[in-house]
Amino acid sequence: MSEDDDRSPSPNSITDDSSQTRTYTTGSGPGPGPGSSSVLEYLAPCPDQVLENVLENVLWFLTSRKDRNAASLVCRSWYRVEALTRSDLFIGNCYAVSPKRATSRFTRIRSVTLKGRPRFADFNLMPPNWGAHLAPWVSAMALTYPWLEKVHLKRMSVTDDDLALLAESFSGFKELVLVCCDGFGTSGLAIVASRCRQLKVLDLIESEVSDDDVDWISYFPDTGTCLESLIFDCVECPIDFDALERLVANSPSLKKLRLNRHVSMGQLHRLMVQAPRLTHLGTGSFSPSEDVAQEHLKPIISNCHKLQIFWVLDSICDEGLQAVAATCKELRELRVFPFEAREDIEGPVSEVGLQAVSEGCRKLQSILYFCQRMTNAAVVAMSKNCPDLVVFRLCIMGRHRPDHVTGEPMDEGFGAIVMNCKKLTRLAVSGLLTDRAFAYIGKYGKIVRTLSVAFAGDSDMGLKYVLEGCPRLQKLEIRDSPFGDAALLSGLHHYYNMRFLWMSACNLSNQGCQQIAQALPRLVVEVIKHEDNLDMDENVDTLYMYRSLEGPRDDVPRFVSIL
Amino acid sequence: MQRSMAYERHLNLEATELRLGLPGSDEAPEKTSAIPSVRSNKRASPEISEESRSKGSSSLSSDVENCEGETAPPAKEQIVGWPPIRSYRKNCLQPRKNDRVDGAGMYVKVSVDGAPYLRKIDLKVYKSYPELLEALEDMFKLTIGEYSEKEGYNGSDFAPTYEDKDGDWMLVGDVPWDMFISTCKRLRIMRGSSEARGFGC
Repeated sequence: MSEDDDRSPSPNSITDDSSQTRTYTTGSGPGPGPGSSSVLEYLAPCPDQVLENVLENVLWFLTSRKDRNAASLVCRSWYRVEALTRSDLFIGNCYAVSPKRATSRFTRIRSVTLKGRPRFADFNLMPPNWGAHLAPWVSAMALTYPWLEKVHLKRMSVTDDDLALLAESFSGFKELVLVCCDGFGTSGLAIVASRCRQLKVLDLIESEVSDDDVDWISYFPDTGTCLESLIFDCVECPIDFDALERLVANSPSLKKLRLNRHVSMGQLHRLMVQAPRLTHLGTGSFSPSEDVAQEHLKPIISNCHKLQIFWVLDSICDEGLQAVAATCKELRELRVFPFEAREDIEGPVSEVGLQAVSEGCRKLQSILYFCQRMTNAAVVAMSKNCPDLVVFRLCIMGRHRPDHVTGEPMDEGFGAIVMNCKKLTRLAVSGLLTDRAFAYIGKYGKIVRTLSVAFAGDSDMGLKYVLEGCPRLQKLEIRDSPFGDAALLSGLHHYYNMRFLWMSACNLSNQGCQQIAQALPRLVVEVIKHEDNLDMDENVDTLYMYRSLEGPRDDVPRFVSIL
Repeated sequence: MQRSMAYERHLNLEATELRLGLPGSDEAPEKTSAIPSVRSNKRASPEISEESRSKGSSSLSSDVENCEGETAPPAKEQIVGWPPIRSYRKNCLQPRKNDRVDGAGMYVKVSVDGAPYLRKIDLKVYKSYPELLEALEDMFKLTIGEYSEKEGYNGSDFAPTYEDKDGDWMLVGDVPWDMFISTCKRLRIMRGSSEARGFGC
């Protein structure tokens, strides 16, 4: 070993782009652990070095996360090189790993995706201020990723200060996508608009944005922007239309524009005329006064032969769906949302619409369907007619509703889905379901990754079937179902393979959850109490547990206890 | 037998009776909340968790029998988070309420001298001056200091002031809390001791 061994690395050498000047200790001998290049030495290129350089050049081309994860497990050398060549960081649960750990391992990240709260938090099943704060992440990234270009966040709490830090820290920042986030306002948007001069994408999707009385659109530079996509239909504040018009005129690359409902149809038309290069233009929703009635929709639909993705309100009715089935042979994704999200009404769509779609749209891959009534027959038909289904989410809004023709539980329908749809990875069930439905899922749902259960099942067996039968299960969310401690314990062998488990209003006790926590030290077991019920009784309102490298988080609110 | 019957009465079986409707759905609807448009964790009805508990522990077959062949269930109250539609999407469809003025909240703008952006807070959330001031200190990361009638706010550069219905700028704390709540139109946290102290004299 040369006498240069002990020289400590300069900070630049770790993030240095040119591979020729970077050197490593070889893998043999008592060197530092994987991922640390704390001892650098200049060596004449030796065979191992050449191999590593080659590896680095090859690994640059690896884009799939799964492939990269696999590559990093081959040996220490591959681990190191993979870490250096990864540019997209995906963190499915922001509490599974700390910002420090992530930024230490991956030093050349250009794009970060972070997911925070569990999905059921969107439906008010979690008290506010639970966590998922962006702040520690943006602080860490500000220090380690000066070349960061893209940030995609889902269900995170983002403050105006976080947005300010982001805007200041990353001079080449290009893309900000916030899905189901909250905690910030139009002031934060103003800062991003004015500071991020390279911004191409600003997409705010189903996020809660507070109105700070700031005309944020006018903060984009007058001299021109690089904007390609601007989506803000969820921002509930009025905007200055003139400022928007100027922005569109100043943004020659703008292709996608989704405005909020404070823009009238007339104004929308003006924009369309002025900016013919737009490929996506819309308001993201209809206001009740301007809604598109079913009879207007049908003739439009009959011309959309190439439609692949269709999101629509159920006011389209079964007949409208029949028109879709007759015309949209290329349909891949359909979402039918309820105009009135209640349980006790007739409902304009039913098994008739579902059956029609299954017969007409054979290439369907993803469906989300809200309805009031359904039959097993229609669901079975879909399972047979649409073999490419990857996502099947059926929400029969009346809880515990059986097949409305036969009076039977919906077990057979969902059973057919898992049996016949060999590519199915995401499933949401509803209606009256016995343990039998779960037996089917456990038996046939071998590649199911995400399962959503509400008001279903008879006993612990239901959950056991799933935990024992579905080896690929990663995300399981359950509410208001009679599954207890015994069922919970039957999943011990699998919880480390999962991203999370959510169970609310089930039959769990503190004791049962304690047992899990003790058996699995790398699992964070959170018991969430609802704020109006803070006494420590035996029953667990909500269990949210997830694997983590960090142990209990340090930003726990008072209504959460970590076992 | 006697004892178990008395126990059953004590249990108020009607409340935990197995049926499709929510226990207590016969009662007045004020127990539940409407589709929550603001993120609120107030459960519509805590009985729903009892219902699933009682379903789990009691006989399964009778439960299934109850469900099958049942005609349209009675009008149900809204359950928290069901159907699973995000409040954002629900808000799009409901007629827009003016939530600035009605009982749902009392939002006022808060500006801080020197800070780049405004905030809005809901005064209804606070019950007293100390609570409000603590929240402001938290929100803007500053210290406001102690209030005294004669000298205004001691101990810091910041003084919270507000504009009242008549357009006058007053020092926060000069009037009783209830009067403050009903007359405050906006808040401004002033900086610079002399200007702020000017309020105290």
